[in-house]
Amino acid sequence: MKRHLLSTADLSADDATLILDTAGELARIADRPIKKLPTLRGRTVVNLFFEDSTRTRISFETAAKRLSADVINFSAKGSSVSKGESLKDTALTLEAMGADAVVIRHWASGGAHRLAHAGWIHSAVVNAGDGTHEHPTQALLDAYTLRSRLGSLEGRRVGIVGDVLHSRVARSNVHLLSTLGAEVTLVAPPTLMPFAVESWPCSYSYELDPVLPKLDAVMMLRVQRERMDQAFFPTEREYSRRYGLHANRMAALPEHAVVMHPGPMNRGLEISAEVADSARSTITEQVANGVSVRMAVLYLLLGGSEPAIGTENDEGGAR
Amino acid sequence: MTDKARTDAVAALEATTTNPAMRVVLDASAVNRALTRIAHEILERTQGADDAVLLGIPTRGAHLATRLGERIAAVEGLKLPVGTLDVTMYRDDLRLKPTRALGRTEIPNGGVDGKLVVLVDDVLFSGRTIRAALDALGDIGRPRAVQLAVLVDRGHRELPIRADYVGKNLPTAQRENVQVRLTETDEEGDAVLLGVKIAAAGAKEATQ
Repeated sequence: MKRHLLSTADLSADDATLILDTAGELARIADRPIKKLPTLRGRTVVNLFFEDSTRTRISFETAAKRLSADVINFSAKGSSVSKGESLKDTALTLEAMGADAVVIRHWASGGAHRLAHAGWIHSAVVNAGDGTHEHPTQALLDAYTLRSRLGSLEGRRVGIVGDVLHSRVARSNVHLLSTLGAEVTLVAPPTLMPFAVESWPCSYSYELDPVLPKLDAVMMLRVQRERMDQAFFPTEREYSRRYGLHANRMAALPEHAVVMHPGPMNRGLEISAEVADSARSTITEQVANGVSVRMAVLYLLLGGSEPAIGTENDEGGAR
Repeated sequence: MTDKARTDAVAALEATTTNPAMRVVLDASAVNRALTRIAHEILERTQGADDAVLLGIPTRGAHLATRLGERIAAVEGLKLPVGTLDVTMYRDDLRLKPTRALGRTEIPNGGVDGKLVVLVDDVLFSGRTIRAALDALGDIGRPRAVQLAVLVDRGHRELPIRADYVGKNLPTAQRENVQVRLTETDEEGDAVLLGVKIAAAGAKEATQ
């Protein structure tokens, strides 16, 4: 009975805390001369990427290799997918090769869920971003970064600002951070606020300036031009003026507040270069923490005879 | 940990604490004397323990290492570096059991290269934990030598491993269960208990 990590909505507070604590212990091997543990020796992790990615793929690859797993990188470009092979046939190929875990990024929302529950493969599935739906490991590394900077997440206020509509990072973070006791506020222009946001476990606002002084952390989201099939705001200049984080706005944040961005950044659009490179920004820290968090997820899913986290095969994991 | 596993662990713990079949083989003062003797032996056999580093295996071994460090400081006025070494990721039985939570590895400043490392654990049984500890140590540095101190040696080795310092040699049967209690982790205070193994997940931990 393999289990999967498809959505942060499936994680209980205990599960999430276990992942973050495990990541905390695993982060310490980065300081050692030999940055490797033998734990997943002989296991195979496939990175199945149907969408471009630098950070996430390299991060998963590093995490798996530090645990001594064998890693197969598969990207849609340059594979049989460009000849028209379906997800099912690709999955059956992976199954035949004996993959223990599949890390999948797909352009379709629900891609990871389909792979996990269609019965094509028996491996554990880790969602590394599916369309505009979820990106659980990004939310976990954000929570890890917040926890290491702010101590605890209980009662902390986190603002998530920008293109919420197209952001799987925002969705995953709203579920995870609220599970861990933080208060999340989404800030976006009305055109980029998701439908039925009232039902999400968070508050929302169309204005950034009144929200800023109350925040312990602000997470800026990338404006996802590649997913924008229509005009969501009049000009980039206007968007940047109203929702971008620049030095003047950063001054309105409380002294201890941190600035986060999941990357890749559009410098000058949602975040100014000055803010991105400031001491308050956790952006490179987030990347480093990503490896530890992904090691924790792979260990907890594959390390023992049964996984310590995630959803079971026979449950409907999607929400 | 799933809710079920947690309930099982709690049930097993309650079963062992209330189980009348568990009898005390070392009481608090005997544990105390054993530790004092080990501290003296370490000093004696390492000719002053100048370059020694004490590494405890979590959780109880870590507390024992701290105590040994304090004893040695009291006897000789020598403050040895004390740390912890978690071996979970190096165990050979990882795939036989549900995924375990990790313990803490805390290597003292100065590392272990060229030092005499004394590994400290509560119970020596199959020797597999120590095998894992030796592997873990190899990834951290290259000690001059490695020695092993345990509070209880209960026999039944499955690997060619022996302890250099033993608090108590305790002849046991395979089906018996040895439980070490320390004030740092258990409310009842220091003791070593011996009883019949309870067929539950939580009780197994103490025998490793």
